[in-house]
Amino acid sequence: MSVITPRPPTAQRPREATARRMGFRQRMGRWDVKVSPYLYISPFFILFAVVGAFPLLYTAFVSVHEWNLLGGQGEFVGLTNYRDVFAQPTFLKAIGNTFSIFALSSVPQVIAALALAAVLNANLRAKTFWRMGVLLPFIVAPVAVGLIFGRLFADDSGLVNALLTQVGLEPLGWHSDRLTSHIAIATMVNFRWTGYNTLIFLAAMQAVPQELYEAAIIDGAGRLRQFFSVTVPQLRPTIIFVIITATIGGLQIFDEPRLFDDQGLGGPSRNWMTVAMYMYDVGWGNQKNFGRAAAIAWLLFLIIIVVALVNFLVSRRIATSDSPRGAARLLARGSGDAGRTPAADATRPTTASKET
Amino acid sequence: MRRRTRALVATAGLCGLALTAACGGGDAGSGETGSTTDGGSGEGEQITLTVATFNDFGYTEELLAQYTAEHPNVVVEHVLAARAEDARANLTTNLASGGEGLSDIEAIEVDWLAELLQYPDYFTDLSDPAVEGRWLESKVAAATTEDGRLLGYGTDVGPQAICYRSDLFAAAGLPTDRAEVAELLGGADATWDDYFEVGRQFVGASDSAWYDSAVSIYQGMINQVEFAYEEGDGTPVGLTNPEVREAYDAVLSASTDDGLSAGFEQWQEDWTAGFQNNAFATMLCPAWMQGPIAGNAAEVEGWDIADVFPGGGGNWGGSYLTVPAGGEHVEEAQALAEWLTSPEIQVQAFGNAGTFPSQVDAYENPDLTGATNEFFNDAPVGEIFASRSLAVDELGFLPYKGPNYFAIHQTVQDAILRVDVTGEQNAEDSWAAAEQAVADLGL
Repeated sequence: MSVITPRPPTAQRPREATARRMGFRQRMGRWDVKVSPYLYISPFFILFAVVGAFPLLYTAFVSVHEWNLLGGQGEFVGLTNYRDVFAQPTFLKAIGNTFSIFALSSVPQVIAALALAAVLNANLRAKTFWRMGVLLPFIVAPVAVGLIFGRLFADDSGLVNALLTQVGLEPLGWHSDRLTSHIAIATMVNFRWTGYNTLIFLAAMQAVPQELYEAAIIDGAGRLRQFFSVTVPQLRPTIIFVIITATIGGLQIFDEPRLFDDQGLGGPSRNWMTVAMYMYDVGWGNQKNFGRAAAIAWLLFLIIIVVALVNFLVSRRIATSDSPRGAARLLARGSGDAGRTPAADATRPTTASKET
Repeated sequence: MRRRTRALVATAGLCGLALTAACGGGDAGSGETGSTTDGGSGEGEQITLTVATFNDFGYTEELLAQYTAEHPNVVVEHVLAARAEDARANLTTNLASGGEGLSDIEAIEVDWLAELLQYPDYFTDLSDPAVEGRWLESKVAAATTEDGRLLGYGTDVGPQAICYRSDLFAAAGLPTDRAEVAELLGGADATWDDYFEVGRQFVGASDSAWYDSAVSIYQGMINQVEFAYEEGDGTPVGLTNPEVREAYDAVLSASTDDGLSAGFEQWQEDWTAGFQNNAFATMLCPAWMQGPIAGNAAEVEGWDIADVFPGGGGNWGGSYLTVPAGGEHVEEAQALAEWLTSPEIQVQAFGNAGTFPSQVDAYENPDLTGATNEFFNDAPVGEIFASRSLAVDELGFLPYKGPNYFAIHQTVQDAILRVDVTGEQNAEDSWAAAEQAVADLGL
């Protein structure tokens, strides 16, 4: 006993001694383990806090105050700014315009991008040339796009109306009719963004396992069937991503409608004024009212969240309702695993086909 | 080895933490202070002054180098914005954010003067006995606050004349000589009714329209109303002023009922193309409009300028140079602004860019009075616009443009566009919509 009892202290002593001597290093080592992971990931969160969260919250703060662009902060007014914004019919018109332009651009855009990507994914001659080609419109500056299309869609002297009259149709009032102006603006948006989305789809398509197509071919699926039953379900996460980003971009649309005429206010009846343009006009235009502009910014933010959520749910349903017809889904059902997502199924056929 | 990695990690982490504060912002402040010791009023000390303008003020590099030749310690840097709107957005945003990033001299257009006059503390009071009597009275009055502070030195003015196509006039059987045309339109007592009446004669004998845009004509008319949308103290009266309604009705009945308007919106594609298609025969043209007409109507022969303007004088546009109060070299900047707006330099600028001087003495300068414009059939533009400029002063006032002027003015412009350009509505409905738009402004 007497021999044993002092032993643990002696065994501990040198450890304690070293601990005391290496205290700083040890503590550093402890911190290294505990803190450095956070430091490693900190740049993103710091950046997000500075450029994302702070402006968001500060905008909310501004939106409940009277705030002039030059005069600065005024009194706290609660939700008056929001009420004022809703009381302006232009705001509701701007929301309508935004959704109309968004629908006219995003829907055809995603469909066209998907089709283009499928074509580019095929075994084409001069592949890289075509692939770079579709991205070309994207690197054209939006201002240049605005100028070029502004010229094309001029009411009297524009090329588009000249073509329409050539084939015996009535010229369209690109700047006088509401829906027509939206189509013209959507064309500009599609011109710029279709190629960009095409390349994203193309990248995702190239990651689809070849075995799936082989299996589909063996099952007697034609090209079209392969596309709808293999490619589309396999692209589901990418489609959702593209739809969400297109939603955000589409609802924030500003450049193209602003450049559609010289004043940049959506025409005399605000026929193509979008919410972002309206916000700009309220903040920096004649009203110079930052409080109201901030309120619009927050409303736009909320609208985008709601629409993105709806889109997310809808696009999930579209892609899943497709997948039961898909080869991957059939294989998955065979193993009795009905609840799996197609993304998870992707690995399965690979092994299955290896076994055969 | 391990220690080094750890040090690197620590540095990287700190950098991440301090990303916005330290790791990039270090040299932002030190860059300029190195060459310009503080205070900045001593002789022989090297300083750089920045001048922010837009479009084309005629401040060429040679002209600015001239200043450095006279003041060896000052280098002038020119910051140029393509459009006045860009300069305006830049200026207001920088003022709103505390003056960081402003140039030593900021040019502003007469259009956004009123909104800035509300915040005189942002600008240096430039009143100085040395510049008294230099400008047209109206030019100085517009930039002076109620308590007598002068916020800007006038550069150019936009006295309006009538530009016309002598070839189209000839084809329609009207006189073509610029003096005869001035008489035809009423000479010194020209009225808008005269102008419209000749227009009706013209369109009866020609395929072209009489003028380019109803908004432009309305603008010309409203610039002769002293208090269009606001009372003298800035209280907005909306669209209740009968003079506004009269002008609106007169313009629209002439434009659509009589077909005098080509139905364009200025600066739009169709308007630009209209110059090449003989779409219209006359235009209200302020001095600075010579450039755009010559550019748009390249190769078209027959443009000329008549020394006449319906309803007396009319001014459209013109600019000022201001010195923001927070600058480092306020005194030197004021000296430079004074130099840039001196009559001799302004005449040079007129030669460079066609910006018509607002300085009284410049009107006797032979370089100005003798100036002609080859494109406009060698019209003596110096003489014509000097005479037009004096007509503006004879009007006795410049239209009052308070803080709400443009918001209300825009609703009427939109209303006219809806009738004249897009044809969406008739004059009566469009007016009602404009009244609604004014109500929406919540003034």
